[in-house]
Amino acid sequence: MIKRTVDHTSVDEIIDRYDGEKSFLIQVLLDLQAEQHWLQKDALSRISERLEVPLMRIQHIATFYKAFSLVPKGRHQVHVCTGTACHVRGAGRVLHTVEELIDIRPGETDLDLKFSLETVNCLGCCALGPVIEIDGKAHGKVTSGKTAEVLKGYE
Amino acid sequence: MSDFTMRIDGREVPAARGQTILEVAGNAGIEIPTLCHHEQLEPHGGCRLCIVELDFGEWTRLVVSCVYQAKPDLEVRTRSGKVDKLRKIILELLLAHAPDSELLKELAAEYGANRTRFEQEPSFCVHCGLCVRYCAEVKGAHAVGFIDRGVRKEIAFLPEIAKEVCEDCKECFPLCPTSYAQAAYVLMDALSTR
Repeated sequence: MIKRTVDHTSVDEIIDRYDGEKSFLIQVLLDLQAEQHWLQKDALSRISERLEVPLMRIQHIATFYKAFSLVPKGRHQVHVCTGTACHVRGAGRVLHTVEELIDIRPGETDLDLKFSLETVNCLGCCALGPVIEIDGKAHGKVTSGKTAEVLKGYE
Repeated sequence: MSDFTMRIDGREVPAARGQTILEVAGNAGIEIPTLCHHEQLEPHGGCRLCIVELDFGEWTRLVVSCVYQAKPDLEVRTRSGKVDKLRKIILELLLAHAPDSELLKELAAEYGANRTRFEQEPSFCVHCGLCVRYCAEVKGAHAVGFIDRGVRKEIAFLPEIAKEVCEDCKECFPLCPTSYAQAAYVLMDALSTR
């Protein structure tokens, strides 16, 4: 288990952005996820304390939405589209290349916490297929070679 | 305190505003099966077993009696061909998850449900939410709750809180239709070393 020193200041700062209002719980969690790439238990306890929301409820929400992760995620989220159009245009090969290059399977994160890999079912831009999306930026018409080039651009 | 009357299974029964059909029937001594209802808790409408048929003369409507409010002159049937068929299917689906629940087996015998009709997929929890809601609404402890969603949804005890409150409470165990709440607690207790 990765143990980090408990740093409440960043959590508190996020909570203060929303004036400690409990109805902003999901927004607080989203901000925390964006900043730290995962939701640490200590942080969730702190949020529970400050927003006066039972920890159990926060845990329910944090496990309900796919946007949240209770385990560390990489700095960059790689989404390989395996929807029908991308699949037909060779998403399988692209996914295989990505798996080889960063040495992880979908759902996993590499040891350097640099990349997390997920497959998605459609990114809504089938004309650009096969598509990979990294941190929300879509890269269209990717090939094995182009995939390597794109991934190289991330630190 | 009855505001009006309605008919359940042909009997004229008193009802008050704000009551659900299930409550009205219960007060009149008419039994409707349910897994997720509890007097002290807000209506949940989770198990759907308390489904009843409303007769509007020309047409009928199926509603869940634990959340449907009583109205004057309603004509309710707690047993009918349609109702029994639906309860049978609901029971068969629930039995795929909790095949050895005594409560479910009793109901299955009554409604002729076949416990092996659907592929067995024992998760033991039927998602009635009784433990979760009781812990939150009555005890205010929030020691147990749902995690994940869809087919992976399950109940989980939160070790930090459960260690403090559950030992002296355990009031949710007898509420569980399948004994899974108790199993989940014991598992959590065994797995958490703190």
